[in-house]
Amino acid sequence: MDILISMIPATLLVAAPIIVAALGGMICERSGIVNIALEGIMLVGAFAGATACYFLESHAVLGPYAGWISLVIGIIAGILFSLLLAVSTINFKADHTIAGTAINLLSVGLSVYMCQIIFGQQRSQSFMTGLNKMKDVPIFGDLFANIYPTIFIALILVVASYYVVFKTGFGLRLRSCGENPQASASMGINVYKTRYMGVLLSGGFAGLAGAMMVLTNGVQFTATSIHGVGFIAIAAVIFGKWNPFGILGAGIFFGLSSAIGIYASMIPVLNLLPPEFFACIPYVLTIVALVLFSNKTVGPKAAGQIYDVGQR
Amino acid sequence: MKINKRLVVSLISIALGILVGVLILAISGKDVVALFNGLLKGSIGYDIVNGGINLRYFGEFLVSAMPIILTGLAVGFAYRCGMFNIGCEGQVIMGSLASCMVAILVPMPNIVAPIVCILAGGFAGAMWAFVPGILKAKFNISEVVTGIMLNYTALYGANYFLKALPGSTTQRTVEIAANATLGNDFFKAMTNNSRLHFGFIVVIIAVFAYWFIMEKTTFGYSLRATGFNKNAAEYAGIKVNKNIVISIMISGFLAGLAGAIILQGTFGYGRMMVAPENYGFDGIAVALVGGCNAIGTLFAGLLFALLKVTQPLLQTSGIPREIGDIISSSIVFFVAIQYVIEKALLKYKSYKGGKS
Repeated sequence: MDILISMIPATLLVAAPIIVAALGGMICERSGIVNIALEGIMLVGAFAGATACYFLESHAVLGPYAGWISLVIGIIAGILFSLLLAVSTINFKADHTIAGTAINLLSVGLSVYMCQIIFGQQRSQSFMTGLNKMKDVPIFGDLFANIYPTIFIALILVVASYYVVFKTGFGLRLRSCGENPQASASMGINVYKTRYMGVLLSGGFAGLAGAMMVLTNGVQFTATSIHGVGFIAIAAVIFGKWNPFGILGAGIFFGLSSAIGIYASMIPVLNLLPPEFFACIPYVLTIVALVLFSNKTVGPKAAGQIYDVGQR
Repeated sequence: MKINKRLVVSLISIALGILVGVLILAISGKDVVALFNGLLKGSIGYDIVNGGINLRYFGEFLVSAMPIILTGLAVGFAYRCGMFNIGCEGQVIMGSLASCMVAILVPMPNIVAPIVCILAGGFAGAMWAFVPGILKAKFNISEVVTGIMLNYTALYGANYFLKALPGSTTQRTVEIAANATLGNDFFKAMTNNSRLHFGFIVVIIAVFAYWFIMEKTTFGYSLRATGFNKNAAEYAGIKVNKNIVISIMISGFLAGLAGAIILQGTFGYGRMMVAPENYGFDGIAVALVGGCNAIGTLFAGLLFALLKVTQPLLQTSGIPREIGDIISSSIVFFVAIQYVIEKALLKYKSYKGGKS
């Protein structure tokens, strides 16, 4: 039982960035653009967050809030970097997967290059604290002592994005662009603008997720700061059936499987399984989920297709 | 005509990519000339600044070109049939794993050993690619998502099996049997102790086979027809679903070969990896820039390998090595937005035509 309780912080720590990035991926796909570049945008967000944190921490006034400001910087960096995806897929009619792959490749080169320019090495300098755990929040006391606030950001964003995507006019327009952009255009919806919003929102989410990850998980930015979480987020979008609450469940489940991987050696029965087994779980289950969902239409219909105004 | 247009787009993308690199270097106040000196030294080993030729660089350049030409062919083969094999990465890993296991566990006579191990790698890659292929054919599931998931499954799964091999540490396996390696003392002597190995024979055969199957056989024609228009191909009596599975399996076979020659030639032992090494993603870049044809892919592979091997040289001459990554990824980005390049070309042509 003690092990189970001690696994909760680890689960939530891993789950939070997966959920946030997956929400971004979901919004993007709802608008009709497939975002393979989540991983790359997260990496840039992580770079921006870690760099900002390092420089802000020593600041006299802003120092105590450095972690939070760095998250915002991560969001801004993510939005700016996702402009590349938006311009190439929406205006320049690039294949979404190819553009996303190019952006993923670019993210590694660009972020580490910047590190070399700013810090003179292939990683950032280490920051001191990053984001603090919930210890210091007076109301909750010990209950959340070992939990990072990132999971609460994720929860808020789950509810907010559910509301925006399914309960507002903007959400309806967003989803219509992902289902049938030509029909949306005929109803006077500006497909280009709506899809821009979708991609840039997902850039902000992914940038935030990247910054969250590096500020809770690490002490500095390196080229492997994200190590595939962006791709797990894509898995979470599918596993969560393109629905925010589904994504919340998928994210926590993937977080749990990673936590079990860490603690497995202490748990009977599970310690017979190799840690690699737990690392594989999110990926294998996503393939299984795809097979199970395959005869139902769950995802946005037009996601991944290049928008052609004249197409019928 | 069509190939010409592709070639022009690729060349413009390469030029623009290098331009981006030069601009970034210039903005950050680095020495641009050192970049070109590095590229020259990385390719043929000639150093303008200090003079002298070191063929070791040339050897290493070929060593790093071989696997990415193969993964380029792999991605291209599936792409011609309308499949985007982003799962190449995983197929390379599985190819390495299979070749490593066979080389360590099965003692074999001299000439047979390297060939069997290479083929084992190829088959493992093909089997790994079978999964996205069959899921696409049977359930219409995107091969992109399956491929990405299988990449990481392969990464972690392979580590488990490599660790389980006799004598493995947590970092690497034991050296594979000497007669299964592709290394060669003659090459070593010729190129000042580079790791140049017999893998290039595999690459040459693969390039030729790719060209022959794609351009000269009915099978290749039916693959291309499937890629151009699935419905029309189906209507013409081509078994589209069968083609999808076979094309991605051949693609996986090529990727598996890449994995095998990396293991048997470049390293000679299996390595546990913490992150993907991007052979598969480099393959995507190579295939796209090479226009998915055999010769184009060969040259694109050489170009990307050059940008890769130049990186340490750049670092020692005071330029951040990541400029190589930035250039190569920018090139892919420009190929991705070729719609704009084509449009600009058309405008330029009509402008010139209107003038005369």
